[in-house]
Amino acid sequence: MTTTSLPSVAPAAVAAVGADMFATAVADQAVPVERVDWTPPMEGTSDDLATVAADPLRRDANALAVSRMLDVQAMLVGVAPASELLGLEKGQFLHAGPPIEWARASGPLRGALMGAAAFEGLVEDPEDAEALFAAGTEVSLEPCHHRSAVGPMAGVVSPSMWMFVLEDPATGRRTYCSLNEGLGKVLRYGAYGPEVLERLRWMRDVLGPLLGEAVSAAGPVDATAILGQMLQMGDEAHNRNRAGTLMLLRDIAPSLVRSSRSSEEVAEAFAFMGGNDHFFLNVAMPACKLALDAARDVPGSTMVVAMARNGTDFGIQVSGTGDQWFTGPAQLADGLFLGDYGPDDANPDIGDSAITETAGIGGFAMAAAPAIVRFVGGTVPDALATSRRMREITIGENNRWPIPVLDFAGAATGIDVSSVCRTGILPQINTGMAGKVAGVGQVGAGLVTPPASIFPAALAELARRTRDRA
Amino acid sequence: MTVEHVEIRPGAYADSVALLQVSRDVAATPGVAAAQVAMATELNVEVLQGMGFTLPAASPNDMVVALRLDDESALSAALAAVDAALAAARKGSSGGEVTAPPRTTGSALRRAGGDLALVSVPGASALVEAMDALDADVDVMIFSDNVPVEQELAMKRIARERGLLVMGPDCGTAVVGGVGLGFANTVSPGKVGVVAASGTGCQQVLALLDAAGVGVAAALGVGGRDLSAAIGGISTMTALDRLDADPAVEQVVVVSKPPAAEVAAAVEKYAAGLTTPVRFALLGAGQPDLTTQVEALLGDLGVAVPAWPTWGTPAAPAPDGGSALRGLFVGGTLCDEAMLLAAETLGPIRSNIPLAPDLALDSSLLEPGHLMIDFGDDGLTRGRAHPMIDPTLRLEHLAKVAADPDTAVILMDVVLGHGAEDDPAAGLAPAIAAARAVREVPVVVACVGTSADPQGLTRQAEALAAAGAEVHLSNAAATRRAIALATGGAR
Repeated sequence: MTTTSLPSVAPAAVAAVGADMFATAVADQAVPVERVDWTPPMEGTSDDLATVAADPLRRDANALAVSRMLDVQAMLVGVAPASELLGLEKGQFLHAGPPIEWARASGPLRGALMGAAAFEGLVEDPEDAEALFAAGTEVSLEPCHHRSAVGPMAGVVSPSMWMFVLEDPATGRRTYCSLNEGLGKVLRYGAYGPEVLERLRWMRDVLGPLLGEAVSAAGPVDATAILGQMLQMGDEAHNRNRAGTLMLLRDIAPSLVRSSRSSEEVAEAFAFMGGNDHFFLNVAMPACKLALDAARDVPGSTMVVAMARNGTDFGIQVSGTGDQWFTGPAQLADGLFLGDYGPDDANPDIGDSAITETAGIGGFAMAAAPAIVRFVGGTVPDALATSRRMREITIGENNRWPIPVLDFAGAATGIDVSSVCRTGILPQINTGMAGKVAGVGQVGAGLVTPPASIFPAALAELARRTRDRA
Repeated sequence: MTVEHVEIRPGAYADSVALLQVSRDVAATPGVAAAQVAMATELNVEVLQGMGFTLPAASPNDMVVALRLDDESALSAALAAVDAALAAARKGSSGGEVTAPPRTTGSALRRAGGDLALVSVPGASALVEAMDALDADVDVMIFSDNVPVEQELAMKRIARERGLLVMGPDCGTAVVGGVGLGFANTVSPGKVGVVAASGTGCQQVLALLDAAGVGVAAALGVGGRDLSAAIGGISTMTALDRLDADPAVEQVVVVSKPPAAEVAAAVEKYAAGLTTPVRFALLGAGQPDLTTQVEALLGDLGVAVPAWPTWGTPAAPAPDGGSALRGLFVGGTLCDEAMLLAAETLGPIRSNIPLAPDLALDSSLLEPGHLMIDFGDDGLTRGRAHPMIDPTLRLEHLAKVAADPDTAVILMDVVLGHGAEDDPAAGLAPAIAAARAVREVPVVVACVGTSADPQGLTRQAEALAAAGAEVHLSNAAATRRAIALATGGAR
């Protein structure tokens, strides 16, 4: 019965939640019934859920937040050093996740910071950096998210690192991410040996400038469109970026070849990027952040705009609650381990890369990437079920990111804090696992969820703000 | 030597109706003396303690499995029966689909479309599900009771702004385009539109109209509090708008429990501005009863008033005396109507839904003098199924009241229709016969239903009459007979 229909006309279809006998009674009268598999909400959330649900701002606020997000076109417009782009000065370091101090920092974050300090020339030997960070007088730590940036795993950014620049042409807003270092012993997993520093120097001296030149010459690369193509090609753009990496290379290859660098250096760059299936992840992440940032700060909106981990805490930010972080203990991932590593070697979840799930890809689009389901500890039916289940906790869908195997349904988009608390379904995140000891590097990859407690905490703050407005 | 087994299952959930069936199935297992599987709500914990079980601490989100067994050896079979019954209950709600069923009303509406939502989750969660419907621009019917009044006001304000109808909360009955929702009688299509701030009041009107051969275009329930000062008749006005815009509707009747006077006046003024004529059947002291109002409505329609049906032998006063009228109701409005009528003759009547606060019954529900109990009231349904589905509490009380020498007459209602018990007389008739075997107390029953109802009006009324009850279709007529019997008069 919609506003235009008449009470003497039977309903065409009914949604029923609660006691099954009422649904059965309607079905017995030949009216189609869709039954809801209802369970009580997370404990202690009933009152806050009702307050937020009755907030007159909520429906339009969420529609606005999602539409702003979907309107963003993320264009790769440049590659330049963090010092230029972010005004990052010597001794200033960015890291993944919500704010954290050295004392509480996990092994991989410490290892990455130590490596970065050596890379910046603050210390000779990375091991010497521990005292520097423990004292905290000449160095400072700040989340990437607070500077419009995102960082995979430890997410450590220092002034000399080169970064991708993503821009929304309609608004001129920008986001940033460092260049992907490849797999194995790498800084983002907390490794800081000589080969790690050598690679960082090559990226600073050769790869960064070469990419900067090529992207400028090739013109903006449409990252949002590449993400859509990737989902058609077996990538979920978090743990698999093979198609995306190749598409990026295809777009900038002519300009790379025409650059001022020697053919030997260009060949090295091709080999490095082509041999690194995660290269595009560092474009996908800021593209997702650019879109999600557009959804920030809409009063009354219950949409999650960031999920991020620093290796100790898992934090979320919500559109209707500004820059406030809601944090809980980061969880251990469930998945597969490299070599001899096992669960005891893994650090709790780390990295800003859950920005992909926040935007509706990664674990949310697992159904698009059957090739890697086993790598992250699942089966193809699990992947389909996960992508469908995520639709229960999202506000809308992204029609620019259709998933073929789900009959081209758009990626589930806009995690709703209320829906998470109502259903108890937690966002599913694909992730890599860092060794918990500084310097070890990657030990595996798998699946993880946020700590459940942070959603009721965010809901309570949304409810408090709703009551204050009333 | 009997053995008790009590376990808490944290986070397990099934609705109260499903658990009622589970409890029954398990209780029927050989070796099981008593079984109660229920969510650990305050009321259910009291019921379990009343059954003699000792319970560990539990939250209302936990399921309690409480078993009393003839001996230890029966435990494994009993637990297997619990799991089988719970699995059967779950099967009903998921339908064996390949894709997991939707988890929220919003998700269900996105997946399947739909132009109406039915909400019967516990009251604390009802608004959230109902808002999903309003967000999808769909009307909603809320069966749930125990919804805070400020939540009702909030959602009704939003609905009114969006031109949507909220039926309820605590809305037991609606008929939309011939489809009965909740506790609804099967009626023929016709030209009368009903707006009801009262479920069983609505059913009484539908039953009497049906007996008079008059059909119904739609009956829109608005919830028992809609005409209170706090809500101000918001859904009543939307329902009137809907019926007024429907060319099938030629006459509207508004049925309500005693409304707030200023709200009734405002709604009457609003109705006067509509094209379709509206008659108000609002219960209250000095106001006509529902049967009288239906007779007036038949007059509006130019239809002759029939003789309202009765079944059974006229009841005789109890041979051993007693002076008190005891009403045991499942219908709140029927209870209200009976109290209003009886108070005129008998004076103050104590009740769990009293006409004045100083007449409130204590929680034992057993006090000297005239009393009437509404077993469908929120206080007696928290975490339990409505007595129109689960007659346990009322049947227990019937035996107690009948044995009380102070009781002169017992007045009861039986309400038929979709959603109600499959065969209420099957439980009630033997209970009446058993009570009258102990003490020959007269029992007068208002049996509200239509001949097309799934339970069959005539079959139910005849079974109750055969057990010794005097049965009426009209609650007002039944109440007048009970008053006469309480004051020593015979027919």
